[in-house]
Amino acid sequence: MNVFTRFLPRWRSPLRGPWLTSVFAVALLVGIPVLFVTGLLSYAAYNPELTPVNDKTPDKGLLGFYLFSWPTHPYWLYRLTQGVHVTLGIVLVPVLLAKLWSVVPKLFELPPVRSVVHGLERLSLLLLVGGALFEFVTGVLNVQLQYLFPGSFYPLHFYGAWVFIGAFLAHVALRLPRTVRTLRRRSLRDPRDLRTELRTPAARTRPELPDATGLVPRDPAPPTTSRRGALAMVGLGSLTLFVVTAGQSIGGSLRGTALLAPHGRDPGSGPNGFQINKGMRSARIQERDIGPDWRLTVRGGARRSVLTRPQVARLPRHTAALPIACVEGWSTSDQEWEGVRLADLAALVGLGDAPPAVFVESVQRQGSFRMVALSAEQVRDPRSLLALRVNGADLSPDHGYPARVIVPGAPGVMNTKWVRQLNFGESTWPT
Amino acid sequence: MAHVTGGTRRRRRRFGGFGRRMPLGSPRVLLLLLASFALCGYAGVRLLRGEWVAILIWFAGAALLHDLVLVPLYTLGDRALQAAARRRGRPLARTGVPYVRVPVFLSLLMLLVYWPLVLRAPGPYQEATGLDPDVFLGRWLLISAVICALSALCALAAAVRKPELRERVRESRMGRRKGGRSAP
Repeated sequence: MNVFTRFLPRWRSPLRGPWLTSVFAVALLVGIPVLFVTGLLSYAAYNPELTPVNDKTPDKGLLGFYLFSWPTHPYWLYRLTQGVHVTLGIVLVPVLLAKLWSVVPKLFELPPVRSVVHGLERLSLLLLVGGALFEFVTGVLNVQLQYLFPGSFYPLHFYGAWVFIGAFLAHVALRLPRTVRTLRRRSLRDPRDLRTELRTPAARTRPELPDATGLVPRDPAPPTTSRRGALAMVGLGSLTLFVVTAGQSIGGSLRGTALLAPHGRDPGSGPNGFQINKGMRSARIQERDIGPDWRLTVRGGARRSVLTRPQVARLPRHTAALPIACVEGWSTSDQEWEGVRLADLAALVGLGDAPPAVFVESVQRQGSFRMVALSAEQVRDPRSLLALRVNGADLSPDHGYPARVIVPGAPGVMNTKWVRQLNFGESTWPT
Repeated sequence: MAHVTGGTRRRRRRFGGFGRRMPLGSPRVLLLLLASFALCGYAGVRLLRGEWVAILIWFAGAALLHDLVLVPLYTLGDRALQAAARRRGRPLARTGVPYVRVPVFLSLLMLLVYWPLVLRAPGPYQEATGLDPDVFLGRWLLISAVICALSALCALAAAVRKPELRERVRESRMGRRKGGRSAP
């Protein structure tokens, strides 16, 4: 042990102690559940129960207990929940780092195991810290289209979240009483309360009284900043990340403020100059796939209808103002889509009275989400269109020309581009 | 942590006592942890289907990378900054440490989150989004420069308010005379 302790750093910051840790803990206690719930909502938004094609985690078992048919009202629902999920996740990065900084002496605690329960608790902490960092790292990489992680993002981030939340719940149950006690303490010198602490400059900052947490240094260095300074620095970090990120979700004139976010700019100007998820080249779409030979096949039961683009364009056309909202957190403002209602296309094959769910196929030959299923509820919404035009112009090839699906409230990838075939009421979904 | 006192012999006995019976600890906590592990395990076996070795490395590696690389790096960086500030012979609380620490922290924080875009890591960004990937490095540098300039202005403003500053320096010096040892 003597050999070990010699190589361990001596943690001397006078700011460390239960009070500072508790303040960061409360911020995460609010933030992490919001991240978790919006993450679960995002999974539900794909309607994974409808078909295996929509479900990237088919072996979820009990972890999908809460799933429900994703609504089309309000049409901005996914834009909001996923914008919050991604933006809040990025904004919480400095808070998470600060929380870990504040408890770092515990991570190097010796002896490593004092009792059976203590050993299990430390194992739980490994799941907690590893889980938190795993979730933040995979999320932050995915929104930047950096697929370095080992496997598909969906199962990694989904199951990782459940591992993390399992450890998180235990941690909260074990530590919340102490956190509440710490923040409720009120006396002049120490323990300290929030208002006193926010008035204390660096020169008058003192270490907390040593206690059982083991966070307060036994040999504190003189302060170089106050606790309010530390909180301000972390808050400033969150604010900075918010400013350079949030515009990609808020959109409009604020998009330009998201200077470091992946979708902080528009890819062009004009009617089709809004954000693209996967462009035509990225989806390996050939010119001839979407040229004059393109046909739309509508199937339902035994009936089948094959249409050219001019024939589709002669069907009754409707408009809907809907955004595109991506799982990566960015979204567009409402765009004016113009096209044929999915319900009207169902009527072409005799399913107009009560349109069933539809299985949509793209001309895209590879890549996930080239096929998706939309629920009957989504098909029946009058704003759900097979769009041909946007903002008064034909769709651009990058936005899905000759025709694409647009559904209110659905994640971006559910709005299939370059649609080739619509299969209404399939009883056995192609996999 | 708790046993500061006590001879080497006693400590060795506690640490090396793997053959001895280890105390159990609180049964209430044990129950809670087992419930937590049940959920973690249920999700964990599903997480590890696929490239389980790589996933395990990512999961544990994230924690180890943080504890053994990131923490030592920023700790040493901050200690170097403090050492440099101390050499100027001013009391620590009144040196310019925060005016350097905060902008550097903000700049590195942005880099930590957005390094794939800032450092132009190869990826499908341009093809997928139709956006130019080369703007981020310049933007990050520019934002960092603006933050540093703002911090310098703050430092200047603090220095101009001299009478107050001088008083605080005296105050903090007097407060420190007793037991004011510096960090290693």
